[in-house]
Amino acid sequence: MQAATPLDATFAALADPTRRAILARLAEGEATVLELAQPFAISQPAISKHLKVLERAGLISRGRDAQRRPCRLEPTPLAAANHWLENYRRFWEESFERLDVLLDEMKAEQKKVKRGKRR
Amino acid sequence: MKNTGNLKVEMHGDRAVLMTRVFDAPRQMLWDAFSKPELMKRWFGPRGYTLAVCEIDHRVGGGFRFVIERPDGEQVGMRGTFRELQAPERSVHVESFDNMPGESTVTAVFTEANGKTTLIATVEYPTREVRDMVAPMMEPGAAESYDKLAELLAETN
Repeated sequence: MQAATPLDATFAALADPTRRAILARLAEGEATVLELAQPFAISQPAISKHLKVLERAGLISRGRDAQRRPCRLEPTPLAAANHWLENYRRFWEESFERLDVLLDEMKAEQKKVKRGKRR
Repeated sequence: MKNTGNLKVEMHGDRAVLMTRVFDAPRQMLWDAFSKPELMKRWFGPRGYTLAVCEIDHRVGGGFRFVIERPDGEQVGMRGTFRELQAPERSVHVESFDNMPGESTVTAVFTEANGKTTLIATVEYPTREVRDMVAPMMEPGAAESYDKLAELLAETN
């Protein structure tokens, strides 16, 4: 077994669409379990389960107020995961933009060859 | 930049990355651009990067050798072997970076419709450590801010 890397827990936590939606909601400000459960068609215990995963990954923290225990976003691990994805994406996006230019040139070249053949 | 945002990059399980991109060209052209060194050299790598070495023996069992030169002059070497080639729709190869353990498996599928080609590439890293190390190598070395949290969340949603 390999030891899980910090990024790993982050990516695993981010793999679920409900958890990503929860994080998107928390990016706007802290919220209670009840408030988080409202927009989703799932139960409060199910939301609590997702929150536990997010909390273990260090993506959120819970307040101490025993009644409300509001959740808030912890930006550091997300920033690390984002940094990783951003580097990766930018490398390929810029490569593919250059490829778009090359493909345009190849298409123009092919048209010229076709026109030449017709003559 | 006219195409920014077209590329989708997602984590797939805990060791793989999935990339999806649409190109305005038939897939045979894409196939050529990915397999001919003289074409590959013209697009591989972001602005400021070059392929100092680009050798491709494009047949099953054949290999390739790239040396990527970053804008800061640092060179990163990689090599690989083609495992499966079904022109112009599907290719599978393994690759590894110099000085890094293990091999990644790269599967590329090209689908053409109405003259446009969708590329779906899956890169499966040998270990999570290698996966985590790959992106920092792609960084051009410039100090830039990546404070794009909202954007990431919007993209991955």
